Formats: sequence, C-alpha cells, structure tokens
Amino acid sequence: MSSYSTNQFKGGLKILLDGEPYSIVEHEMVKPGKGQAFSRVKVRNLKTGRVVERTFKSGDSVEAADVMELELQYLYYDGEFWTFMDESSFEQYQADEAAMAGAKQWIKEQDKCTVMLYNGSPLTVEPPNFVELEVSETDPGVRGDTSGGGGKPATMETGAVVRVPLFIEIGDKLKIDTRNGEYVSRA
Amino acid sequence: MDWRPSATLAMLRRRAQVLATIRARFARQGVLEVETPLLARSSCLDPQVPSIGVPLADGQRWLQTSPENHMKRLLAAGSGPIYRLGPVFRAGERGRWHAPEFCMLEWYRPGLDAPALMADVAALLAELGAPRSWRRRRYADLYAEQLGWDVHATPTAQMRAWAAGQGLADAGALPRDALLDFAMGTVIGPTLGQDGLDFVEGYPASQAALARLDPADAREACRFELYWRGLELANGFHELADAEEQRQRFAAEAATRAAAGQDEIAVDDHLLDALAAGLPDCSGVALGLDRLIALLAGAERLDAVQAFTWEQA
Repeated sequence: MSSYSTNQFKGGLKILLDGEPYSIVEHEMVKPGKGQAFSRVKVRNLKTGRVVERTFKSGDSVEAADVMELELQYLYYDGEFWTFMDESSFEQYQADEAAMAGAKQWIKEQDKCTVMLYNGSPLTVEPPNFVELEVSETDPGVRGDTSGGGGKPATMETGAVVRVPLFIEIGDKLKIDTRNGEYVSRA
Repeated sequence: MDWRPSATLAMLRRRAQVLATIRARFARQGVLEVETPLLARSSCLDPQVPSIGVPLADGQRWLQTSPENHMKRLLAAGSGPIYRLGPVFRAGERGRWHAPEFCMLEWYRPGLDAPALMADVAALLAELGAPRSWRRRRYADLYAEQLGWDVHATPTAQMRAWAAGQGLADAGALPRDALLDFAMGTVIGPTLGQDGLDFVEGYPASQAALARLDPADAREACRFELYWRGLELANGFHELADAEEQRQRFAAEAATRAAAGQDEIAVDDHLLDALAAGLPDCSGVALGLDRLIALLAGAERLDAVQAFTWEQA
C-alpha cells in the first residue's frame, strides 16, 4: 500500500481517510512560531462529495487512495449495471446506480465518459460536456418562432427533461450541455 | 517553469524601500549592521526548526536557520547593539506563508528587557506603515479566554480530545506542547492582530527556546511573539546568558532529535564559550521580512513579494 507524506500534499491528490477515498481540495502549512508544524487540508469525500477539514502533523504519512481516472466507452445497461469498456485494453467495468447518478440521464451507447475507478471499480461517471440527443416527447412546435424566447420542456431519448425553445419538435436532434443541463442548439 | 520574476517590479521597489527605511533607522540609532556566515558547522538544535545540511569535502555544514548564535558571539565580544538583514533557511517549510529560504531581520539591544524590545519592534513597524496601536497579550490568558484552558494545569488528555474533535489526526499521540501549538496555529493565532498589533508573552517554560525563564515565575519564559492580521511576524527573547543552562537545553534538544531519528547536529561550542565569557544582558528579536512586506502591501502570499519563488529558484 503506497502512502504520501504531508510534504507531498497538493490539490487533487487522492488519499484514504477512515477507509474512505478523499481528494485534497486545498492545503496550508500551519506553524505557530517555533513550534510544531501542521499540514491543514480541506478534503472532498469522493463518494459523498462532502468537504471536511483535517490536520496532520508535518511529516506524517497518509495512505494513498487507489483512485484513477479513465476515458471509457459506454456499452450497455442490463437493468442493474452500466457496462463500460477501455478501448485500448478492452477491459470492461460495471458501474452501479450510485456511480451513474450524474451521467445516466445523458449518455447513449458508445459515448465516451470519464470514469473514476476506486479499487478498480467505477466510483463516479462523468458524461461528455456536450451530448447530442433526439427529442422523444414535447408539445407541438410553434412554427415561425425561432426567437428562442419562452420555452417548453422536452423529454430526450435518454429520459432527460430539458427546457427547449418553442420551435423544437419531436425527432429533432439537440446539442445539450450536461454540466448545467441546458439546451445549446439544434445538432 | 516561467523565467520571469514572481513579484511585480512595483512590489520589488516597495520591498527595496522597506529595506532602505530599516537600514536608515538603525544607522540613525547607532545599531551596527553585521553579516554572519550562512554555512556553519553547527545550527539550531530545536527539533521543530529543521536545518538544510550541506556535506562538503572538509566536513558537514548547515545553512543557518537564524543568525542568532553568531550574533551572540559578536555581542559577547562587545559589539553593542547590532542587526542583521538577510536570508535564512528552514528545510521542508513550504506554503502560502512559508518558504525554505526567506529574509529575516534580527536585532539585539543590550540593556533592554523583553517589554522594552516589544516597544522597539512596534516603533519600527509604525515607521514602516503598520498600525500604531499595539497590545501585550498573555499566552495563558489567550488559552483561558478562547478555550477555557489553564495552560499549566488542564490535563493533556482533555487537550487531545479537543484537538481530535477539531479534525487533528493522531491527536492521542501528540505531546502537550504540540497540542498547544495546534490550538495557537489554528484557533488563537488567526484572531490575533486584527485590531492593531498583538504581542503574545509569557510562553510556557517548555517553549523557552533561547529565552531566560521569568525570575518571578519559572513556569514561564521571557519570550514573546508578534502577530499582525493573524500572521506570526516575529519572535523575541530576553536572552538566556547562562552557559550551563544553555548547555543543558542543547543536550535535551539533542536527545529529542536523536529519539526522533533527526539529523545529528554538533552543539555550538563557540556559542557556549561566548556565553561563559559573558553575554551582556540583552534582548533580541527575529522578524520575517517577507511576511511583513506582504502585509504592508496587502499581498496574500509570500510569492507576491519574493523576486523568485522556491520553485523558480
């Protein structure tokens, strides 16, 4: 098991605290005058997203979390797990409901996602920043209205509901920004 | 890495102005500027002040963590009041307010006790543009007010439980002084110097370093620290002049270093000989100049006031 000394701390470093994987958000050295030096960190729990503050004596070691990020291709959903594949090694990974929370409503087969693996299993899955999806359900389009003013809800082929301009019709392909869930343009 | 300086040229001019004002002030007051060796055979033995070692063909040398030992030899030789402005080194210290190489202003005034030297520090800072108002705060009072602790009597177990609750890893294994340091660094320190300058005095005897103990209460040392806007800027002592007591403190520090597996550093016999020959009654203070310049200029980090950062050097 590898570990990091406090003097290797930097933003983004993945460490294990109380058996949970954390990412260092911020770190600061604290040393009152001539006394004991400490390393104070803000860390984000990679499972819950919660940010907490911890302090270590300078020079202490903290266990490294076995966390890595891979670009994986989404293959299929079997009703329980979402299966992804590493296109260079053909290794496959199964993501559960919790890992898919931020991605499942946006992705289609063959989309490439950033997958964070913890101890070899997907912990979080990030969809591409922009996806192209077909509208499967929305109120009839208002012909001639291309202003984009106002808007209406539309259900996409993946199940996501997006606010779209009034002229959009069922079957249109749209470009969506998954970071804020907003309509960008017709694809 | 970018070749350009870290500080702006405007900041470097400001920095030069501060240095010039300090030198002019000491020249006016008849305080002699001295230079001291950067690479010496001995160094600070304090386990919390790590030296950078430089192995050379003619023996091990250490980059100096402070000019203190050499300055005391000058004082014992009859120099009178002296100051030294220049770089010092601390292994492994890096952060927003820490760098392994930084500029220290250190000065000694024979005949002054710690309270008189605090007033002298405040006057220098006022001339440089820091707030004119300053207070003396007692170390024990700060812990009593903010944590309800009696620094001499509160059980260490209680301090550990509190520290663990504050998110300190492995608090149960830390000694009492480290817990006091944790509280000062994370809770008390940040509240100090927010309304003028705050001098903290009356440090526990266990944290005396090179200060003499208070003759009226041997549980406390004649040591002070200066805080401004939550940042520790200076550390001062009514200097320990007793060679035998100094020898014992060095031996205790060397034992702690050995137990912790730290570098073995030779005891500075020249300093002990100088103390035995007679150090005039004096007080001295060391001030982190980069921090001071940053606060005077409203900068948020050391990198903003140093021409080149540790990473760029």
